Amino acid sequence: MDRTVPGAAKTGRTHAILRFLRPDGTAIGGLPGFASDRKEMAALYRLMVLTRSFDEQAIALQRTGRLGTYASSLGQEAVAVGAAAAMRPDDILLPTFREHGAQIARGVTLTELFLFWGGDERGSDFAGPREDFPVNIPVASHIPHAVGAALAFKMRKERRAALCIFGDGATSKGDFYEALNVAGVWQVPCVFVISNNQWAISVPRAVQTRSDTLAIKGIAVGIQGVQVDGNDAVAVREVVGEALEKARHDHEPSLIEAVTYRLGDHTTVDDASRYRDDAEVGKHWKEEPIARLRAFLTAEHGWSKDEEEDLLTEIREQVEAAVEAYLATDAQEPAAMFDHLHASLPPALAGQRAELAGKDGGDG
Amino acid sequence: MAELTMVEALNLALARAMADDETVLVLGEDIGRDGGVFRVTDGLIDRFGPERVRDTPLAEAMIAGVSVGLAAQHMRPVAEIQFMGFLYPAIDQLVNHASRLRTRTRGRLTCPMVLRAPFGGGIHAPEHHSESMEAMLAHIPGLRLVIPSSPARAYGLLLAAIRDSDPVVFLEPKRLYRAPREEVFDSGEALPLDQPFVLREGDNVTLVTWGAMLKETLEAAERLAAAGAECTVIDVATLKPLEMAPILESVGRTGRCVIIHEAPLTGGFGGEIAARLADQGLLGLLAPVTRVAGYDAVMPLPRLEEHYMPSVDRIVTAVERVMSFG
Ligand SMILES: Cc1ncc(C[n+]2csc(CCOP(=O)(O)OP(=O)(O)O)c2C)c(N)n1
Ligand SMILES: [Mg+2]
Repeated sequence: MDRTVPGAAKTGRTHAILRFLRPDGTAIGGLPGFASDRKEMAALYRLMVLTRSFDEQAIALQRTGRLGTYASSLGQEAVAVGAAAAMRPDDILLPTFREHGAQIARGVTLTELFLFWGGDERGSDFAGPREDFPVNIPVASHIPHAVGAALAFKMRKERRAALCIFGDGATSKGDFYEALNVAGVWQVPCVFVISNNQWAISVPRAVQTRSDTLAIKGIAVGIQGVQVDGNDAVAVREVVGEALEKARHDHEPSLIEAVTYRLGDHTTVDDASRYRDDAEVGKHWKEEPIARLRAFLTAEHGWSKDEEEDLLTEIREQVEAAVEAYLATDAQEPAAMFDHLHASLPPALAGQRAELAGKDGGDG
Repeated sequence: MAELTMVEALNLALARAMADDETVLVLGEDIGRDGGVFRVTDGLIDRFGPERVRDTPLAEAMIAGVSVGLAAQHMRPVAEIQFMGFLYPAIDQLVNHASRLRTRTRGRLTCPMVLRAPFGGGIHAPEHHSESMEAMLAHIPGLRLVIPSSPARAYGLLLAAIRDSDPVVFLEPKRLYRAPREEVFDSGEALPLDQPFVLREGDNVTLVTWGAMLKETLEAAERLAAAGAECTVIDVATLKPLEMAPILESVGRTGRCVIIHEAPLTGGFGGEIAARLADQGLLGLLAPVTRVAGYDAVMPLPRLEEHYMPSVDRIVTAVERVMSFG
């Protein structure tokens, strides 16, 4: 593992960025145990490739008017998949709009994801991880939810943890600080993962904060912060796994800054060429996580061309089937917007629902 | 049966809810050892311990957000915001999360939380401690908004709010906190939500109000009765969702309605009730629907406060005006 601190004297940085795999996929030193498990590594790789394939398909659907505005996770797959792969089924995930890989790894189906991004609430009624939170859009506002859920686990003496992912931009918000602060005071089983992709729409990391790293923001609230190479799936999985263990067993929260890069536009309605150079993006393509893991798999586990091709075929079929199921899903009845407003519809609202249902209900 | 203040009645309801259901916990600033700045949670920490009676750091958005997380995880948090003037950072959580968690997950995750906050003027409090901003909250779909107007209703409505499966904002008129007293029986019985209470019956005018303004409204009704005008007085109690039936029924009989609230006139919740009457009760009206409200002025500091608050005189004058029609 690489623990050197480049320019430490100049920046005063005390923690190195944690990394097991170099951008070319070669290992730096001793690897965590799971990295020698071929099946497990292939599964991690599969989820990352699936995530990217889902991403491409989502953009294609959006471009052809069959999906709403969509936020690509291109280049960030190792953070999302690596973090979620470290979770146990009964932990809970609180994701943002860019963590499709984490949701997929948790068992949210591609059809459900397409439904959500296609504008249907049923996409957040996951059949798989029933207690995971839906995608959070008001930046950072879900971070306190993770603390609340983690407090519930602690009060009930359940060995579970809440894992909350958010972006670098989110760390500028009060919600982030307020939630981190109280997690420190209460010592709740919560892991905060920053997917630092260097950009918040058009605002670069340097304009977001003068803080040397985002991980050190934990120091002020007494929470350990670590910086990990977010394009190294092995490192993300290992660091998040350790943090989750500390959370479940010692109720110790932690902050993890996964350093990655947003290779795509912010969303399908964004044009990143307005504010960042292609040269910068090109440089980061050399560090992207999927090629890195594939190189590692090939060198360490003899991942073959045939296996790669079979995987791509299998994933193409899975994504196509999900698109088909999504496109075949009928819209909800209009009156469904009232169906889950409250546990049961207050009589005072019956009239409005009836109007929508085309029945004579008068005014509510 | 004991004569209790509203503070004592709320305390009794919290204790009852916590004793009945171990998923209920209270959290907020100074609510533990101190018992809350108004003492609503007095003594609860001794009975239920610091885990369930939990002092928080000073951060309102966090208090509301943590409550959403607790509620989604099958707990029933009752959060206290120390004064309504400091509730605004929590509105993000109410609008974007608490009120819509059930909808956006099609019932998979729910949010059975209560957010309590003292509100309203008339106690000579410092700046930012006297506003009545309930209309802002009544605008949020998926959120219940409940305001008690007496110790017994505070007890029964708070129990109902805690037991409800969905989020409730529970605004407590602090002018009524210490007086009057009322007999409150710790029966563990909740009062119905989503239902106005008819507190006085009369055939000439319908007076509609909520919270602390019940005091002036009932006083005005008394004075008017002595002068021969009989008023029905309705306590709306649950502003959202608004059940109009008893109001329509009464105004159908009296043909006259005056709506009274402490909050500023423009965009106040009285406008909603007036609009519903225009829409659904117009043909029964004998006089214009009138509002007696706070002025569209920044809530003055204590020296001018009494001139801002709707008075018994203003209510009587409004009733006399609607009585002059037909
Ligand atoms: C509170 C809030 N402000 C603004 C927005 C609009 N917005 C959506 S994403 C975004 C940038 C978020 O940046 P970051 O937290 O780094 O996450 P990323 O998009 O890079 O994954 C903005 C400004 C929002 N959704 N929420
Ligand atoms: Mg970002």
